[in-house]
Amino acid sequence: MALIKNREITEDHWVRIDDESAVPAEGGAIVSIARWRKDRAVLAGRNAPIGVELESGDGPEVVADDIVRLDLIAVPFATFRDGRGYSTARLLRERYGFTGELRAVGNVLRDQLPLMERCGFDSFEYAGRTDAAKALKAFRDISAVYQTAADRRASAAALRNHPSKAFSNGTCG
Amino acid sequence: MYMYDEIDQSLVDERVIQFRDQVNRRMTGELSEDEFKPLRLMNGVYLQLHAYMLRVAIPYGTLSSEQMRKLAWIAKKYDRNYGHFTTRQNLQFNWPKLEDLPDILAELASVQMHALQTSGNCIRNVTADQFAGVAADEVVDPRIYAEIIRQWSTLHPEFTYLPRKFKIAVTGSEIDRAAVRFHDIGLIAKRNGAGELGFEVIIGGGLGRTPFVGPTIRDFLPERHLLSYLEAALRVYNQLGRRDNMYKARIKIQVHETGAETFTEMVEAEWAQIRDTAVDLAAGEKQRIADFFRPPRYRASADAEAQLRLQLRDDRNFARWVETNVAPHKVTGYRIANISLKPIGGIPGDASSEQMDAVAALADRFSFSEIRVTHEQNLVLPHVRADDLYALWQTLKSYDLDTPNLGEISDMIACPGMDYCALANARSIPVAQQISERFADLDRQHNIGELKLKISGCINACGHHHAGHIGILGVDRKGEEYYQITLGGSGAEDASVGDIVGPAFPYDKVVDAVETLVDTYLDIRTDGERFLDTYRRVGKTPFKEALYGTD
Ligand code: SF4
Repeated sequence: MALIKNREITEDHWVRIDDESAVPAEGGAIVSIARWRKDRAVLAGRNAPIGVELESGDGPEVVADDIVRLDLIAVPFATFRDGRGYSTARLLRERYGFTGELRAVGNVLRDQLPLMERCGFDSFEYAGRTDAAKALKAFRDISAVYQTAADRRASAAALRNHPSKAFSNGTCG
Repeated sequence: MYMYDEIDQSLVDERVIQFRDQVNRRMTGELSEDEFKPLRLMNGVYLQLHAYMLRVAIPYGTLSSEQMRKLAWIAKKYDRNYGHFTTRQNLQFNWPKLEDLPDILAELASVQMHALQTSGNCIRNVTADQFAGVAADEVVDPRIYAEIIRQWSTLHPEFTYLPRKFKIAVTGSEIDRAAVRFHDIGLIAKRNGAGELGFEVIIGGGLGRTPFVGPTIRDFLPERHLLSYLEAALRVYNQLGRRDNMYKARIKIQVHETGAETFTEMVEAEWAQIRDTAVDLAAGEKQRIADFFRPPRYRASADAEAQLRLQLRDDRNFARWVETNVAPHKVTGYRIANISLKPIGGIPGDASSEQMDAVAALADRFSFSEIRVTHEQNLVLPHVRADDLYALWQTLKSYDLDTPNLGEISDMIACPGMDYCALANARSIPVAQQISERFADLDRQHNIGELKLKISGCINACGHHHAGHIGILGVDRKGEEYYQITLGGSGAEDASVGDIVGPAFPYDKVVDAVETLVDTYLDIRTDGERFLDTYRRVGKTPFKEALYGTD
């Protein structure tokens, strides 16, 4: 599985720690939300980046009080057809102001990457059959966007009202 | 009409390239059918009983003559020379080949059309009153807001994988020609006491296996907040709608189970958080869109009405057509001409390439090149001068498009049923054809008056049977086609869900049963009563007795 971050394939510096194992003192560690709830005080006091993986169907409120303590939040897609994670991501970014790494995990496929990115995900545990390097093209499939979302891309309406930000077909982000 | 700018155009063009790539990846196995399915559905591509089907979006039912010609051309080149207009103001091609689909989408894009979101668990193509902009009774042209919603919902990053499909309808008039109470969200434009424009918001209506007349969750939403309110409602639905059971995943179930009041509170609470963000359109953009829907330059002649009166007096058949198929226009000297796609014994909603071309030519000649598609599967020329009606009618006649049956029993809605649809329990089209033939006598139909008959081949209710004055639903009885009859439904402003009248009828008895119902109505109606009014007055009993006897 490849990790895509900020539209590039990168090495994953985070390790996943299951609920039974000890959390290493160093390096980024991702724990389950259950573990986080149980060991929050210890984990937050650790002198290394900490991340939490939500469960399917968890809304952003489950980490509302921890936004500033967390360096990474992983939002699961049990199947790519389950779209709850899109709302969770937008709310984490736009309402709760989460600025750390927001990672899409689970059934993360090529054609959903651009939508996920628009909702605020910046990293993806890519699980598609299309070669990851080729899948990066997905981010540039469609140039125009009609909505304002977590990625703050200028919507069609915004571009129309600010001709200075001229729309250039096929090259904008 | 709305015209694409380079941004709109780039999106549909790039979608074609993207879809071509998706088809290729499917062919090489890079995409499994399971992964490909939602992608093709979002481009309107279904896998039917015998072939792929392409559902082309006709946003809010407005078409230019050029677009209609393109549809005719696609039918000729890639399909079997006809298309089928649907109950959601879309057009379906029933026989395209998978490998041709990217080319067909490119043809559509060349005339500012697409098949985006005509299927799939996303916000579907938005529908509107087919008389938008020309109805005397409207407060605003609902297409302005339908286009705003079309753009906002197109590839919405958050709402593309909803629990289930999501349908929005908009009307600008109290007279509901868009069945807004049977949509996931229905919007009725109105003015408040201060004269400001806004919407009554209805949520959680729908047909299907559990029909609901949607409750109003907000009496007045100022129009500038439309998109933020929709976004709030969709977000609540996306987070809480059921994903474990597709039969319970529509918003209507959520509203029903949560209770409309609690659901409203959730939407309002979410909206309070986003109502003053950039979700809503700036006034400039709204005005830009509204400007596309300015009325054409009408040129009514002083004696148009007088001339029409003479023609009506001299030609009884023409007068009959005008009486049933022509509606008043907001501008004196003009009329709205409905073109029935329900010839006696025909397939409801089908049009051949020749007919589509003919309608396009007539639109150029008589209706400022504009055409509308109705959710009752007919076409409309919205701006015809009163003194042009006669020439229009004569041409329609030569294309078998002059059936004077609008709103009458043979102007029925029927879903594709077993002839095309993999989910069907029973045939719909042949039943529709036989009923139409049974009532072929136009005088008889006219005497019966307004009667909305709607047929679905299964519980999914694509034929809107719940909303029919008479509804017919195909059911499976040990492998045999049976038909359950409901009475008293309505999709109009007096929306209601029909009541089941009794045990279902076999295929060869259902037409007789309809005739018995109609005869019973004729016996007991009072002056000026429509079938629906009589039913509402007397209830089920007389109809039930006529069908099943008194014990
Ligand atoms: S109502 Fe049933 S049979 Fe008819 S088109 Fe819909 S799914 Fe198919």
